[in-house]
Amino acid sequence: MSGPNALTSVVAPATPPRTRGSEFWVTLAARIGIMSLLNALGVFALVVAVGAGQWGFAAFGLVMLVAADWIYLSRRTVPLKYLFPGVLFLLVFQVYVVLYTVAISFTNYGDGHSIDQETARRQVVAVSEQRVPDSPSYAVTVLSRGEPADEEIAFLVTGPDGDVSLGTPQGLQSVDADDVTRDDEELAVAVDGWRSLRLVDLANRQREVVDLRVPLDVSDPDAGSLRTRDGRTAFVNVPLLSYDEATDTLVDARDGTEYTADQDVGFYASSDGQVLTPGWRVFSGLDNYRRVFTDTRLAGPLLQVTVWTFAFAAISVVSTFAVGVMLAATLDHPRMRGKRVYRSLLLLPYAAPSFMSMLLWAGFLNPSFGFVNQVLLGGADIQWLTDPWLARFSVLLVNLWLGFPYMLLVCTGALQSIPVELREAARVDGAGPLRVFRSITLPLLLVSVAPLLIASFAFNFNNFTLIYFITGGGPNIPEAAVSVGSTDLLIHVVYSLGFESGSGQQWGFACALSVLIFGVVATVSALGFRRTTTLENLS
Amino acid sequence: MADTWWRHAVGILAVVFAVFPIVFVISASLNPLGTLTASNQLFGRISGENYVALFTTDIYPYPRWFVNTLVVAVVTAIVQVFLACLAAYAFSRFRFRGRRLGMLGLLLVQIFPQILAAIAIFLLVFELGSLFPAIGLGTTTGLILVYLGLALGVNTFLIKGFFDSIPRELDEAMKVDGAGHARIFFSMILPLSVPVLAVVALLSFINALNEFLVASIILSAPDSQTLAVGLYQLVSSQLNANWGFFAAGAFLGAIPPILIFQYLQKYIVSGLTTGAVK
Repeated sequence: MSGPNALTSVVAPATPPRTRGSEFWVTLAARIGIMSLLNALGVFALVVAVGAGQWGFAAFGLVMLVAADWIYLSRRTVPLKYLFPGVLFLLVFQVYVVLYTVAISFTNYGDGHSIDQETARRQVVAVSEQRVPDSPSYAVTVLSRGEPADEEIAFLVTGPDGDVSLGTPQGLQSVDADDVTRDDEELAVAVDGWRSLRLVDLANRQREVVDLRVPLDVSDPDAGSLRTRDGRTAFVNVPLLSYDEATDTLVDARDGTEYTADQDVGFYASSDGQVLTPGWRVFSGLDNYRRVFTDTRLAGPLLQVTVWTFAFAAISVVSTFAVGVMLAATLDHPRMRGKRVYRSLLLLPYAAPSFMSMLLWAGFLNPSFGFVNQVLLGGADIQWLTDPWLARFSVLLVNLWLGFPYMLLVCTGALQSIPVELREAARVDGAGPLRVFRSITLPLLLVSVAPLLIASFAFNFNNFTLIYFITGGGPNIPEAAVSVGSTDLLIHVVYSLGFESGSGQQWGFACALSVLIFGVVATVSALGFRRTTTLENLS
Repeated sequence: MADTWWRHAVGILAVVFAVFPIVFVISASLNPLGTLTASNQLFGRISGENYVALFTTDIYPYPRWFVNTLVVAVVTAIVQVFLACLAAYAFSRFRFRGRRLGMLGLLLVQIFPQILAAIAIFLLVFELGSLFPAIGLGTTTGLILVYLGLALGVNTFLIKGFFDSIPRELDEAMKVDGAGHARIFFSMILPLSVPVLAVVALLSFINALNEFLVASIILSAPDSQTLAVGLYQLVSSQLNANWGFFAAGAFLGAIPPILIFQYLQKYIVSGLTTGAVK
């Protein structure tokens, strides 16, 4: 900005006056539209959460909505505008779930302890219901209304005295006699606004029908409720257990046994040790952690799994890297022809979806039908997947097949970036090809691929799919208290404790194990970070 | 040629090891007998029966699995990369309080692998679903949301590094022309970064495609499942008998990623060597 321009700038402003063209209005409209949509969604979510009494969700939703409005309406929060969406997902599905895992690890959450005390008590009481002896019967027709997704069912009840009423979980209500259709025996069979279920529908929805309870008197739980077993006749049922709120005790009406709430184990228990199921979630302190270390039938196998997990991850990295670098070095030769063809064919295992390749290998190695035994070994009977050491070898072999192309790719790139002069110089000094590779090429290569090797280790440490698909963790270690096997990785143990019904879902215990693994992984990563320059590169 | 013959020998050996399983799958998928035993005879018989069965059988909803998988993987890849780009832009172009701390935090959060929290994820999605059925258990939307939690871990730093390499002078020039930060991001930074974004998107596409653990606990109904979950159940229930069906399904399912891979191959090599994480 010299002379003349500076002069003119006194007369006319240096920046042209903002003309608000069509683009401005389009952007403005888009912003208003997005903000309205966001707030509509947010408010909807809040209303639903508050309606369901989920105060945690509601509070979080409110904070996030206010934050979003502030961030996107203020002019001073530009970086946050870009960070907010990703961070929101990160907070919910990464940070929160980790914290939640820690929280669950201090409870007995799991099969038989998956609900709160009040729900558990209601279920225990409902299960204890029995027909009041010699009570009158009520003729019922089961009704339904609404869309299939959220259909509700109800009883159309004809009482012993001929009165017709509509029975829902909210109680009995009378219906207008004009709306009711009666059959030959004067029993009500249909009512306006509801569909009567046919026999075939009843069979399909038996559970729902049997579970429907229509309280006779909503304000008095002891009055009992109407329930049906066959969808035609209902009886008054009363619970055998009555609840004493003052002592938090359930009393059995038949013999007077008292079941007191035991907050240590999460059960109503009698003095002689009988418990009523289901129980509820309770805080169990360090019990789950104590179990990991003190149960001898657990600590030993878990230690074995831990050692194998480290060995598996380490051997996988070393073997894939070794094959990858060897192939890269072999194919990387100035007079070598067809390099590109080799490379694109060798890449195929990496490009094909790995879960399919794993299933394919599981078939290959199948002892009775698989290609390896039947064709390659001419009908041999080698237990590739059920002998402990062979199974370990098999998963490593499959992982080598899956992983070497990645290393080949990486090493090819890294090799080409090593200056040829260095190798030439070494050769002039009299080093043979192997010596050049060992003393010049490999060290330089390792420098550039070290972070990838660490990432590959971390990936294989939790390579759940491979183990699950090839061996399912097996063969089992028979003496272990939970079902673990010779090729189990730690992550797989967590999964089977949490989701495989054989041992019963033990979420609390599985989460405690997760937390311990978090500790191991965090330690390894911290060491990795210290060895590499990742942290210094944060600029 | 004389001194490269052994290189070719090693290369051919490696190619046999790498390619044989794929040849086997093609052969098995064409074998009308459909059992694992019969498939051991390579290209013994050839017919398209297994492929027809994929789309006509009532037992397994293969077409649904295929569509679900593509939807989940494509949406996840695009949104993950977009979220990562937004964050990378903030870290690359703005200087604000807590920036370094934010990056450090992001790095440290990645230490905790999401799948180790599988039980908490399951319970969270279950609870969310009881409030909002559209994102609950059994929905692919719920699964995608869980995957989006990983977005910032997916190579945000790699993208940021690339953004850093775009000269600041270009930003300044656009600012002089009256462009705001959003305009700079969308019409300059993003288009210039297409190669690296393609690699990152491909990797997150492949990860979502192959992900089994979280998918298996969230998607319980057969109609909502992905190929990984569906094909696993198919094979684990009847390994020998379902083999031809599986092979045909696997081969078809492998075609989209292999095509994308070939198409993006030149970007991938450079992306991987600059530090993209598998």
